[in-house]
Amino acid sequence: MAGKIKCISGPTVSVEMSGLKLYDRVYVGHAMLTGEVVRLEKDMAVVQIYEDTRGLGIGEPVKGVGMPLTVRLGPGLLSEMFDGLQRPLKRLKEDMGPFITGGKEIYAIDYMKNWRFHPLRKRGEDIKTGEILGYIEEGAFKHFIHSNRSGRIKWITDGDCSLNEAIGEVEDGSMLFGCHEWPVRMPRQYKRKLSPSEPLITGQRCIDFLFPIARGGTVIMPGGFGTGKTILEQSIAKFADVDIVVYVGCGERGNEMAELIDDFSNLTDPWTGRGLMERTILVVNTSNMPVAAREASIYTAVTMAEYYRDMGYHVLLLADSLSRWAEASREISSSLEEMPGEEGYPTYLASRLAGFFERAGVVETLSGKVGSLSMVLSVSPPGGDFTEPVTQACLRTAGAFLMLDTSLAHRRHFPAINWFQSYSLYAKEIIPNFKERVSSQWEELMHRCREILQREEALREVAEIVGIEGLQDADRLLMKASEMIRLEFLCQNAYTGDAFSPPEKTVSKIADIFKFYDNAEEKLKQGVHLDEVLKQ
Amino acid sequence: MRLLEHIYRTISSIRGPLLLVENVFSARMGEVVRILSPDNREMDGEVLKIEGDTVLIQVYGETRGLDIENSSVVFTDSIKKASLSLDIIGRIFNGSSIPIDNLPMFIPEKLAPVTGFPMNPSARARPEEFIETGFSSIDGLNTLVKGQKLPIFSCAGLPSKELAAGILKNAALKGEKDKFVVVFVAIGLTYHEYSFYRSILEEMRMKFVAFVNIADEPVMERLLAPRFGLTVAEYLAFEKGMDLLVVMTDMTNYCDALREISTAREELPGRRGYPGYMYSDLASIYERAGRINDQKYGSSGSVTILPVVTMPEDDITHPIPDLTGYITEGQIVLSRELHQKGIFPPVDVLPSLSRLMQRGIGEGHTREDHRKIANLLYKYYAKGRDLRRLEAIVGREGMTEDDRGMLNFADAFEREFVNQGMIRRSINETLDAGINLLKRFSLELK
Ligand SMILES: Nc1ncnc2c1ncn2[C@@H]1O[C@H](COP(=O)(O)OP(=O)(O)OP(=O)(O)O)[C@@H](O)[C@H]1O
Ligand SMILES: [Mg+2]
Repeated sequence: MAGKIKCISGPTVSVEMSGLKLYDRVYVGHAMLTGEVVRLEKDMAVVQIYEDTRGLGIGEPVKGVGMPLTVRLGPGLLSEMFDGLQRPLKRLKEDMGPFITGGKEIYAIDYMKNWRFHPLRKRGEDIKTGEILGYIEEGAFKHFIHSNRSGRIKWITDGDCSLNEAIGEVEDGSMLFGCHEWPVRMPRQYKRKLSPSEPLITGQRCIDFLFPIARGGTVIMPGGFGTGKTILEQSIAKFADVDIVVYVGCGERGNEMAELIDDFSNLTDPWTGRGLMERTILVVNTSNMPVAAREASIYTAVTMAEYYRDMGYHVLLLADSLSRWAEASREISSSLEEMPGEEGYPTYLASRLAGFFERAGVVETLSGKVGSLSMVLSVSPPGGDFTEPVTQACLRTAGAFLMLDTSLAHRRHFPAINWFQSYSLYAKEIIPNFKERVSSQWEELMHRCREILQREEALREVAEIVGIEGLQDADRLLMKASEMIRLEFLCQNAYTGDAFSPPEKTVSKIADIFKFYDNAEEKLKQGVHLDEVLKQ
Repeated sequence: MRLLEHIYRTISSIRGPLLLVENVFSARMGEVVRILSPDNREMDGEVLKIEGDTVLIQVYGETRGLDIENSSVVFTDSIKKASLSLDIIGRIFNGSSIPIDNLPMFIPEKLAPVTGFPMNPSARARPEEFIETGFSSIDGLNTLVKGQKLPIFSCAGLPSKELAAGILKNAALKGEKDKFVVVFVAIGLTYHEYSFYRSILEEMRMKFVAFVNIADEPVMERLLAPRFGLTVAEYLAFEKGMDLLVVMTDMTNYCDALREISTAREELPGRRGYPGYMYSDLASIYERAGRINDQKYGSSGSVTILPVVTMPEDDITHPIPDLTGYITEGQIVLSRELHQKGIFPPVDVLPSLSRLMQRGIGEGHTREDHRKIANLLYKYYAKGRDLRRLEAIVGREGMTEDDRGMLNFADAFEREFVNQGMIRRSINETLDAGINLLKRFSLELK
């Protein structure tokens, strides 16, 4: 299949060509830029290009690949950094230097590398598609290889292998491979969905204690600029109690990624003691990289995340920021001259988002294991105004909402999670788990904590009228306790040893504050002067 | 592919800075064209969109005087490039990179596309080298580091140019003499503003390169000037190992130019009429700040960007400062209230922020007690500011003694720490000033 370019407008080109399918991948121009077919007409196709179109000329050739946009899945993805099209950035750098100068296809997977394969099935056994053949040691992980065929096993490797050759064969002559390609926009299959019931411990007191999130859940955190979205995303990526982390830098800053790599290379996973990079996959399409690849980046990431989920792992996908993804779809939609919806976003924004969120969850995999894919996504509302379409569309599907508050951030209260507006729909299911595992008092302490914060708010309004001096001693004591909760418990400085708070520490910290409060209250009742009481 | 330049006299429409040319044979995206007007003026343009043999061209320069019958368009088969050489240092150009200092054009060592290429995120080095600006509110609380992009958010009438000039002077004094170069990009400035900056650059005998677009010069060149400036900066930093400080002022004029041209292109307007791609467009400028970590391409240089943004209506949620803040690594916010109190620089430290500060301070960078002092100053000043609201309602009398102390602290902080007039402080002086202030109010250095 081949054709010629007729029109070019921004990142889209029209091609005179037939025989293509919608969402097929094509190579465009002499530079072989990657593109995707987004619209078909008789003898004409409109192609969305994932790279810079500068220099592209009319009449240049277009070739069809006969396949949609895919990612390569197999061992070797962990600790790598990819762009939105899954090109390995470190290898790209070795190839073309520190700047990304043009379209060049480098595969995400190194097909030459040697791996050790351990078969779990034997010659002569019957196997079905999706069942486990064996595993490859990928760092500390057992990277399970699922069969891509059904049939009776004719032979299977035991020992060293590379990914460009088969690791086995079934009797009808079909080869079994250790890696494969998967279309990014198509969710991977599983047996069935289960409902989230286990907590995903983040190590952030405010989240674990007040707005706990579940493995398999979806969390959004909208906030204006500088409210701490990135720091919170990165903190969760460092400390979350999961097996694998996929972090997407979607249309954000390059320096942030340098920082992240630096940090992650020097830190260990607090749960296993292994290097943090060993469990992490980075997908990075910074704000100055091509917009269409930014749009694809979250799909590239979620497909890799699902792939590890299918091995029975708990995977966490973090994306910073979903708004940049939405803006990329808006730019693409407008270059296709589609009818715009609210604020210029395409009318399918909400359904696309919902479809993406739906890829999270706890599942029983085809091979019968249980794996989960959780999502923590930041949103950057223009002007910090939460009524805008992206935040609103996310709110309809997300299971937890962590609202980052500009006024808290200006006071350097971090994480700037607003404790009145935020919520988690998972709390009910997973609090019993905390009660059992951490402390039987968990729930009771949590209710008390909320109540004090509520009452402080009411008292603050009174104080604004009569002055602090005008409040009763008991109320002033409560305000003191509440201040302690805010500053010592809810605040968590990401640059200190306090950045990670395991649940045991979380609960003992809040219990200590209440102990102080109860003692002080008792003393007040005995007639000790408030100043005296507060001194201790 | 064409090997020669092609001339066309087939303009079919002229609309503001846009031309439509017909019957063009194999044009390419971004191709540079030369336009010849009937009175023999020459200007540059760029291919924006191609539909079959009809080409949409964006003109850099004044389109007044062009006509359909006699103007011609030359397709050059190359994309917009900047001429580069070490000889560029000390030169002044207009927004189209034509010398305006009455000296001949230098002989380029190489050419590079003005839009640059995105830096591979895995090639970036983490910015962590402190730049001393001489202003306590910045050095102490919102520290600038090499490779950072840190805008000044100003309001109309506030002394942003005095602040920018002060930073330039001090950074030049402290930087390594022959490694430090300033790129100055004037975007839609009045002549008066431009002369102010120019006299600073000359008086300081700094090494600089300037790209100047004055208010009455073509709007299109406002989009080009920063890109020329950054292409030069990248060359000097990443190929010649220098430390570049790029001052771009005023980016609000840049954004307005972007809106004007987007409207001429009949694109769908976004918030307040600015195009939906303004975030990506601004990012393509600001993301060119940085450092490279790879020894193989070895260079110790850096590009630091210091843009000035005037917030329309003093509103920080206006799309221009809003999108800027979402891209840059913090912001220095000037406040009208502090300015009216006679404080210079009138930096409001609460909404100000330097996101790259944490790595650039402390032992080996500034001083080991820096972080502690900064945190305490913030904490108490934020508290004092909070209490001012209360004071407005209940009056000082209704407040506890501690609270009154905090109010006094906030006042003293503004008057003595933030305010420093024309005097520059070294980082040690800044930190000592902070300590003294805390001590005087018996605020513990816990
Ligand atoms: N947990 C924290 N502890 C200490 N400081 C923090 C914390 N969270 C955020 N900050 C401070 O706030 C700054 C801004 O945070 P961050 O970069 O995460 O904001 P953001 O919401 O991602 O902004 P943007 O939308 O512009 O990307 C940080 O540079 C840091 O100074
Ligand atoms: Mg961020």
